[in-house]
Amino acid sequence: MNAMVAAEAVPRVAPPADDDLDRLLLIRHFESALLRLFGEGLISGTTHTCLGQEYVPVALEPLLRPDDHTLSNHRGHGHFLARHPGEAGGLLAEIMGREGALCHGVGGSQHVYHRTFLSTGVQGESLPVAAGIALRLRAAGDGRLVCVYIGDGTLGEGSVYEALNMAALWDLPLLVVVENNGIAQSTPTARQLAGTVAGRAAAFGVPYRRVESTDPAEIRAALAAPVAAVRETPFPLIVEFITHRLGPHSKGDDTRGPEELAAARAHDWYGRYAEAIPERFAAADALWRRRVADLVAEVSARPLARWEAS
Amino acid sequence: MTVTPATPATPATPATPATPAERVAEHLNRALHDLMDAHPDLHLLGEDITDPYGGAFKITKGLSSRFGDRVRSTPLSESAIVGAGAGLALAGGQAIVEIMFADFAALAFDQLLNFAAKSVSMYGRPVPVPLVVRCPSGGHRGYGPTHSQSPQKHFIGVPGLAVLELSPFHDARALLDHALATRRPSVLFEDKVLYTRRMFHHGVVDELFRFEPPAGPAGVARVHLDGVEEYDCTIIAPGGLAHRAVEAMRTLLMEHEVLCELLVPARLYPFDLDGLPPRGRHVCVAEDGTAGGTWGAEVAARLYPGLWGRLTRPITLVSAADSIIPAAPHLEREVLVDAPAIVRAVLGAAA
Repeated sequence: MNAMVAAEAVPRVAPPADDDLDRLLLIRHFESALLRLFGEGLISGTTHTCLGQEYVPVALEPLLRPDDHTLSNHRGHGHFLARHPGEAGGLLAEIMGREGALCHGVGGSQHVYHRTFLSTGVQGESLPVAAGIALRLRAAGDGRLVCVYIGDGTLGEGSVYEALNMAALWDLPLLVVVENNGIAQSTPTARQLAGTVAGRAAAFGVPYRRVESTDPAEIRAALAAPVAAVRETPFPLIVEFITHRLGPHSKGDDTRGPEELAAARAHDWYGRYAEAIPERFAAADALWRRRVADLVAEVSARPLARWEAS
Repeated sequence: MTVTPATPATPATPATPATPAERVAEHLNRALHDLMDAHPDLHLLGEDITDPYGGAFKITKGLSSRFGDRVRSTPLSESAIVGAGAGLALAGGQAIVEIMFADFAALAFDQLLNFAAKSVSMYGRPVPVPLVVRCPSGGHRGYGPTHSQSPQKHFIGVPGLAVLELSPFHDARALLDHALATRRPSVLFEDKVLYTRRMFHHGVVDELFRFEPPAGPAGVARVHLDGVEEYDCTIIAPGGLAHRAVEAMRTLLMEHEVLCELLVPARLYPFDLDGLPPRGRHVCVAEDGTAGGTWGAEVAARLYPGLWGRLTRPITLVSAADSIIPAAPHLEREVLVDAPAIVRAVLGAAA
């Protein structure tokens, strides 16, 4: 975490809408449960939690249509749960390799395809695919868009720029959400990203918005018009969220010191809501903690997923 | 052995003065016109493919004038071209994309290996990805090390990815239709010299050789001598090598009394002989790629169990040298496969 980010003013705290708080807490407890399950040896492989970044897809959710396409990445559970909170069991089953898994346990944490939500595990790979989908949506002309989530680390991949170039040249309805959490696995963004995200957007003539707020309502107010323009013009848009990853890159691999982690935690919506709306928050928090615990118990008891190789 | 050159058979249909068959480039161009006309959801992407240029090898000529935005010239972005093709396919369309030189498909390898090929199965259910990646390949044009390769072998063995090759015996429209209808991605290699040659039609290769068309669009064509059932050697080669293989077979027959048949599959991987067992006592697999980790080795591994005990000697593999491809024509010739190389390999194995 660099000094500039640590010195940012802590955002004001507005009470969240019920629906937002529900989604935020679902994702928080879901991700926390995954880390616990890993610790207990009940999940294999790897996972990348979005602790601290939950508000990004939650804020964007009402700006998206159900039939918009969402392309996600390795850190995609929050992106999925914000879109499909009712499918938390299917996602957990996917990660645990249990019956009812969204993709029969084949894709796991990083490779999920459900309706118009699709995630892949190779950095930068999704942007060209998103451009192709957007080309098809543009031809359909019904106002749908493709929302693709990438991180600051993804900006090192050449495919990102190939796709941005195409998206701008071909007027594609492509919303690129850059979750800049200040760290790419273990490498601080300042040491792996030259220039700025804004500068890279400008190079392609693509509109750019920077979001520092963690307040869903405030974020929506700032993004509603630009996202509507993505559909209506149509034309791509890059939105950079200055966000903070509270947890490790995957599991137990955080190399940041206590000061950096404390700075990240200072931006966490969880503690701020707990302080601002103590009773309402405590009730909702307890509710979602219990619901996720029940879900974990229920999914853990399911038979193993079966895959008929096609 | 006694060689009885077959009497040239009368071609099946030409009662009217024989019109020469179309050139392979024209044939492929017409196939693309027909496909675009038949499939309103089909898109074409590639570098410089729109009119008036019509592609580096003119294979896409006339398509953008006729089909508008469904045909797009792209930036120089192989990864994004293939990725966008996969995206079009995932969104309910179909896509044929052109990589200007097969060498550049290396730039799109992640999209092919890790996305297009995997996405048909990694989401736990069959996901349709009707995508064909066309790759003009091969040397003998003096284009040098990065514009002359036949990199088919690098795409073999990828789960979910079919490797196809254009052939003068296979109808290109049917082959492309088939590739898209599998709802899985394919890479189609197209030999650049083959573009300039003519398709074979009416079952006739020349005054010596006849051919049986493939049973299916991606099946195996068989070139044979009329009335001959037993051969000294069965040559198996992709379409790009067909003319050189036939030239070798002619030399082997006329100068060495060695009888050969030729099997030309349009689908190189996954490989099967489409119910056409080799009739030769010896099998020679020829390809344009470089030596080592070859397609021929894959073919041999597939054939040995069925032919074991019947073959009189090991399967012979012919490929380009384990070398880069030089630009100067005399140097290029030394490393690439030509008809004499096939003749030498067949005779060497028989010696």
